[in-house]
Amino acid sequence: MLTVSVLGACPLHLPPNAIPIGACEAGFPSPAQDYVEGQLDLNEKLIQHKEATFFVRVQGHSMTGAGIRDGDLLVVDRAMRPDLGKIVVAEIEGGLAVKTLARVNGEPYLVSENPAFRPIPIDPDAGVTIWGVVTYCIHKVAN
Amino acid sequence: MESKPVALVDVNNFYASCERVFNPSLAGRPVVVLSNNDGCVVARSAEAKALGIPMGIPLFKIEKEVRQHRIAVFSSNYELYADMSNRVMTILTEFAPGIEIYSIDECFLDLRGLEHINRIAYGQEIRSRIRTWTGLTVCVGIGPSKTLAKFANHCAKKRPEFGGVCDVLTMATDTLDRIQGEIDVGEVWGIGPRISKRLREMGITTVKALRDADPNRIRKEFSVVAERTVLELRGTSCLDLEQVAPAKQQIMSSRSFGQPVHTLEELEQAVVTYTSRAAEKLRQQRSSAGALGVFIQTNPFKLNDPQYHPSTTVGLPYSSDDSRALVQAALHGLRRIFEPGFAYKKAGIVLTEIEARSDAPQDLFAPPAENQQRSRALMDVLDEINLRHGRGSIRLAGEGRPGDGWRMKRERKSPCYTTRWDEIPCARS
Repeated sequence: MLTVSVLGACPLHLPPNAIPIGACEAGFPSPAQDYVEGQLDLNEKLIQHKEATFFVRVQGHSMTGAGIRDGDLLVVDRAMRPDLGKIVVAEIEGGLAVKTLARVNGEPYLVSENPAFRPIPIDPDAGVTIWGVVTYCIHKVAN
Repeated sequence: MESKPVALVDVNNFYASCERVFNPSLAGRPVVVLSNNDGCVVARSAEAKALGIPMGIPLFKIEKEVRQHRIAVFSSNYELYADMSNRVMTILTEFAPGIEIYSIDECFLDLRGLEHINRIAYGQEIRSRIRTWTGLTVCVGIGPSKTLAKFANHCAKKRPEFGGVCDVLTMATDTLDRIQGEIDVGEVWGIGPRISKRLREMGITTVKALRDADPNRIRKEFSVVAERTVLELRGTSCLDLEQVAPAKQQIMSSRSFGQPVHTLEELEQAVVTYTSRAAEKLRQQRSSAGALGVFIQTNPFKLNDPQYHPSTTVGLPYSSDDSRALVQAALHGLRRIFEPGFAYKKAGIVLTEIEARSDAPQDLFAPPAENQQRSRALMDVLDEINLRHGRGSIRLAGEGRPGDGWRMKRERKSPCYTTRWDEIPCARS
């Protein structure tokens, strides 16, 4: 554990040894010391392909049916194959959008989880392409 | 040719392409990226190149074209480009036993031990992997030497028939002769404008002519370096991959100001910022510095302004990598050379007498070891916080605030999409 206490302002001309930092241990060693493990790291859990992973913020309400709400943080993995049924970030009309990849009448479409939005056909010529696959949605519960 | 294959992978229109990955509205639009202080064009998308926008042209000279062709203009977003570069380079490490990162967007791969594979297919796999994972497109050039890998990369980039991957090792001899005979000698790696001008005067105008030139003659007329280029063009590898970048013997940090600076106070902030940055680099390479140079400059292009460009070197009492000690030395030097009454355009610092940390002499005047440990602990925390929360999250009070007038002008910078939480891209839903 690192404890830091504010000792007051430190002008630049002080020598390098002027700011005490770190905590010292004293007394008996902890009985749990032999059982120390690495701490849980969310990166490890949420990120499979580090170089291909990007974070994207959700704006809007068309995916609430899939549990993705306005303001949520998405983990997007570009290395993952965009299979049918996956939720993806796609390039649509010059911007990024979150949709579900589905088949409509035998053709792949980007659909919203909200009946008020119409399915969009995937067509690179019209600027509609898949940008990456959404692997996690992080939703803030308390402030 | 003997088989000791090297590949050069480079990202097409790197800066402009990075902008495009996170901003699909730029698809098909010409994009240019500007130098520090938004001065000149330093990068162009294919569309901007096709419009004839030259490299290095000042922005004000292309204002008409920018309006007419809706050219998207960006300040350099170094945070974004560095992150995307790291991603590309890390992916490339999986494709070769050794790599040499040659620049922010170029990397040599050592393909030795992979002689049995289909190199063209392998190159296509690299292309497809990087495009899928990062959204960036690369070209791959393969050859028996670095110079020929560079040449192959040029072919892969400029000649669509190669589909982005060119391997001179499997190219038919007459095809290679024909292509090398078509390409100007100035395109050869390491042959600068001065040498290529003289080569042309000697009648050596193409890559092929240089390849077939007498190496002895080239050495006598130019240098051993130029002779090596000839041998490399013949397929003899003379340049090994530098897999570990040698520790820098000098670390410089300097910038031109967004607007002219007149006061010592502003110069102090700039110098403290540059020194902190250089100290960070110094610690990254696990070295310490024994001396530090400071310089300030007026604008040499403003011929009517009084000119002053002093510099000084300050020796440190003991070799150090502590931001505070280095800043103290830098400020000391700055106060020594500062004269009021000038409009300063640039300031910078250079760390010299750099040595590996462990070799730093523990002399009589050095602080006791425990103080050094404390200093190191503090610097580690500083670097860690800045790494995690973005540069400048925690800084020495003397650095001043973002938005001070002397800071680099980056008015058209895109968001730091990949390095700052409050700037990540949005997806409509």
